[in-house]
Order: sequence, then structure tokens, then C-alpha cells
Amino acid sequence: MGTAPDGSGARDPGLQPERTRLAWRRTTLSCTVVVALAVRRLTQSVAPGVVTAGAVALTGVAWLVFGLVAHGRMRAMAAGRPPVLGTRGAGLVALCTVVLAVSVAVVLVGGG
Amino acid sequence: MSVDLRSVRETVRLWWSPARIGEEGRTPDYRFSLANERTLLAWLRTGLALVGGGFAVDQFLPRLHPGLRTVFTVALLVAGALCAVRAVNHWVRCERAMRRGEDLPVSRFPSVLAVVVGVLAAAMVALVAIGWTR
Repeated sequence: MGTAPDGSGARDPGLQPERTRLAWRRTTLSCTVVVALAVRRLTQSVAPGVVTAGAVALTGVAWLVFGLVAHGRMRAMAAGRPPVLGTRGAGLVALCTVVLAVSVAVVLVGGG
Repeated sequence: MSVDLRSVRETVRLWWSPARIGEEGRTPDYRFSLANERTLLAWLRTGLALVGGGFAVDQFLPRLHPGLRTVFTVALLVAGALCAVRAVNHWVRCERAMRRGEDLPVSRFPSVLAVVVGVLAAAMVALVAIGWTR
């Protein structure tokens, strides 16, 4: 149902790939906002420069990885039948969220 | 969020050998997998929003007692991180259930999260209202 008679068609009445692509876009934007807030907070901190620089670098890496996974996935959505998301991609984006939370928490607890 | 030993072992196995999911059962309709993926992303955004909320508590309550502020901030950051990790775990379990043709896993996590967020919000409103500041 929903595919062309020859089975190769990309017509999906629910526009599932498109909705998934937009969900990735929304999530990337959310991540970008959180990264911006994190960097702002980290650069205001009075923690030693090395700690702050490390935390900012880690945050940047998290943002980059998140963006790369999202980009790859959004490209995959161009296919009529996108392949299933890999466990590695899912784990990586979750890890990025954890890194953002932990890097700020460490700087905060360690003296603000 | 049942924490009996068997389910913990099962989870660890699932996380360390992800290729196993792809071997089990039948590949479900791609639309179901995409719906599952969107649910994962919605949970990730929830986690990111909690992390952002932690930053907001830290930035916008400057007159709150510093120790209390740190406690609230860290609580929200930890909640956000847990939410993200749990999102992937739930996604893997849903994907596996769909492949095996089983019922989707049920979870107590949404209720727990709702209670935690509600309690944190109420506590912060109360603290600001009674003016417990430095």
C-alpha cells in the first residue's frame, strides 16, 4: 500500500521520510541552541582556563558529531525507503547530549 | 524501568552487540521504523530541553542561594542526560519488539519524569515566592 504498482515508487501517503527529516532538523536546532547556551555559560565561568577551554572544545565536538549524524540521516531520507537508523548513530547523538550536560555540570560544580 | 537482573543483563547485551538486532525476526515496514526514530528524536529533544532548562535555572535565578541553584541546575542536567540515554534504550527495545512481532515495551519512565519535573518546578516557584535568597 502506498507504493507504486511496480514496487519501486517513493509515494508514501504519510510522508514518513519527510517528517523524519524535519524531526532531525528540529533536533539539530535544539542541540545548536543548547550548545550556544553551554558555550556562553562556560566562557563566563571562573574555573581555570584549561578546564574551561577543554569543556568548550568538548562541546564543539559534540555539536559537530551531532550535526554529522543528523546530516547523514537527512540524506538517507531522500531515498524512497530509507534504511533503518543504526544503533551507532542513535548512541552517538545520545552521547552528545550527555557530553553537553556533563561538561557544563563539571565546570559548574568545580567552582562555577 | 524494571530493574531486575535479567533485564539489566539483556540491556547490556543489546547495547554491546547491536548487530544482533538486525539478525532477529523480520524487518518491519520501514514506516514503523521511521515512526520509532521520530519518537527517539522527540525524547532526545526532551532531554536537550531539560539540559537547556538547567542552564536557564543557572542564569536566570542569580539571587537564589548559590548552593541551591547548583543543586537544581545539576538535577536538571542529570535528568536531561538520563533522558537521552533512556531514549536510545527505549528505541532499541521498540525496534527489537517490532522485529519479533511482540508487544511494544511499556515503561514507567514518562510518569517518573513528569513527577520529577513537576516537583522541581513547584520547589523553584515556592523558593522564589518566599524569597529564599542570599
